[in-house]
Amino acid sequence: MKNIHRFLLIFFFALSVIPVFAFGDEHAEPASQETHEKEKFEPGSFIMDHIADSYDWHVFSIGDFHATMPLPVIVYSQHSGFHMFMSSNFHHGHSTYNGFLIAKEGEYRGKVVEMVNGHEVRPFDISMTKNVVSMLISMAILLWVFISVAKSYTNSKGKAPKGMQSLVEPIILFVRDEVAKPAIGEKRYEKHLPYLLSIFFFIWLNNLMGMVPFFPGGANVTGNITITLVLALFTFVITTINGNKAYWKDIFNTPGVPWWLKFPIPLMPLVEVMGVFTKPFVLMVRLFANITAGHMIVLAFVSLIFIFGQISPGLGYGTSVVSVLFMVFMNMLELLVGLIQAYVFTLLSALYFGMATEEHH
Amino acid sequence: MGLVTPELGTFIWMLLAFAIVLFILKKFAWKPILSALKEREESIEGALRSAERAKEEMAALQADNERILQEARKEREAMLKEAKEMGGKLVSEAKQKATLEADKVIESARINIESEKSAALNEIKAQVAILSVEIAEKILRQQFADDQQQKDYFKKLMDEVKLN
Repeated sequence: MKNIHRFLLIFFFALSVIPVFAFGDEHAEPASQETHEKEKFEPGSFIMDHIADSYDWHVFSIGDFHATMPLPVIVYSQHSGFHMFMSSNFHHGHSTYNGFLIAKEGEYRGKVVEMVNGHEVRPFDISMTKNVVSMLISMAILLWVFISVAKSYTNSKGKAPKGMQSLVEPIILFVRDEVAKPAIGEKRYEKHLPYLLSIFFFIWLNNLMGMVPFFPGGANVTGNITITLVLALFTFVITTINGNKAYWKDIFNTPGVPWWLKFPIPLMPLVEVMGVFTKPFVLMVRLFANITAGHMIVLAFVSLIFIFGQISPGLGYGTSVVSVLFMVFMNMLELLVGLIQAYVFTLLSALYFGMATEEHH
Repeated sequence: MGLVTPELGTFIWMLLAFAIVLFILKKFAWKPILSALKEREESIEGALRSAERAKEEMAALQADNERILQEARKEREAMLKEAKEMGGKLVSEAKQKATLEADKVIESARINIESEKSAALNEIKAQVAILSVEIAEKILRQQFADDQQQKDYFKKLMDEVKLN
């Protein structure tokens, strides 16, 4: 219990600190721009802007006051070399800084580009975006939680778990006994268990944090294709490295298949090799699509309020009641989906590891 | 399309950070946690197993006790029976012996009596013979004197003998 209290304390402390960061960044925006934005509500770009990654972290807005956390932009341009500056220099995308700006339209919409001879050129961009920072925060939480849990395990050896320990222990046991053991096998599961536990907790935590609408949540980490790409890549690499003779034989010389499917045209091996790549690809897409879709639906309900509100304010208020009800429902569903997707990703990874290391008789 | 296009920057950050986190978690979190869990499970299993064993041992002990008790009871019964038999046998044997002894004693007494009797008879016989010889002698002496007298004397002697 003590640990949970401490966690909450740190969480709210972090919340209270953010606006302090943000104040320095506040500037009055051009009035014309502001009124222009208010005139027309575009649900498409509204939803996309909320799902997409961004260079600064919007915390909250009260009227025209936008509390935003600036994040470092790190770019390497072939034309002007290495640059590192805070995203507050863009003034929410309205200004150009050192020839860099955030593209408003076109191929690079929402990304940092460099103006070179009147053309937008995308530099090599390793900025710490909202998703990157959110991911780092979640990793810090993971490290802190599990290292402290590990400490209490070594300190109270052989005793009953307590506090944070008893919170995570059933989940760890679930991943071990219901995911790793049946999927990989009693003998070899121990080797892959740390990875499976790590991805499970990483995905779950980020799914949950993605549902929290304010800092340090709010970033769409697991709904970002790059993040899921890396996760799937890890699974793919581990599967490929651990693939034994039988696994590769299954791919290139599938047993129990008529010979004319393998020779002269290697139809079956081709399909199997494709399968090697489609498996992690599907992992990547599934997590990304599930989380993104959930966020989109919630945001669509929010948009409904504004769309009807534009027609008449009364209609907007009326819609908000229904919308909020649906949003509550969707959030409940997403809570479930967040857990299920973490489970599915872990289970499928475990199954692939199991397939790669399975011994045929 | 920006939504489904991977970003190189995010990719690099995620790859690095996740690899590092994976390594740290594996070494400093999962290893101690999993080994502690395994250890605890093993100790619980061991405790259960030893409890089961103790229970079995206890049951075996109890069965053993019961068996020993049963055996002791049986033995006691057997002993009692044997003792009883022995007693009976002893008594009968003693009786038999006593009878035998008594018979022997009686027999010997009878033999003794018989021998005494025969001895007495023999003595009487001898006595009678002596007396007869004496009487004959006296008779013979009287015979020489007077026939009548002899006869009387013989008669008198005979009377005397009778008186004797």
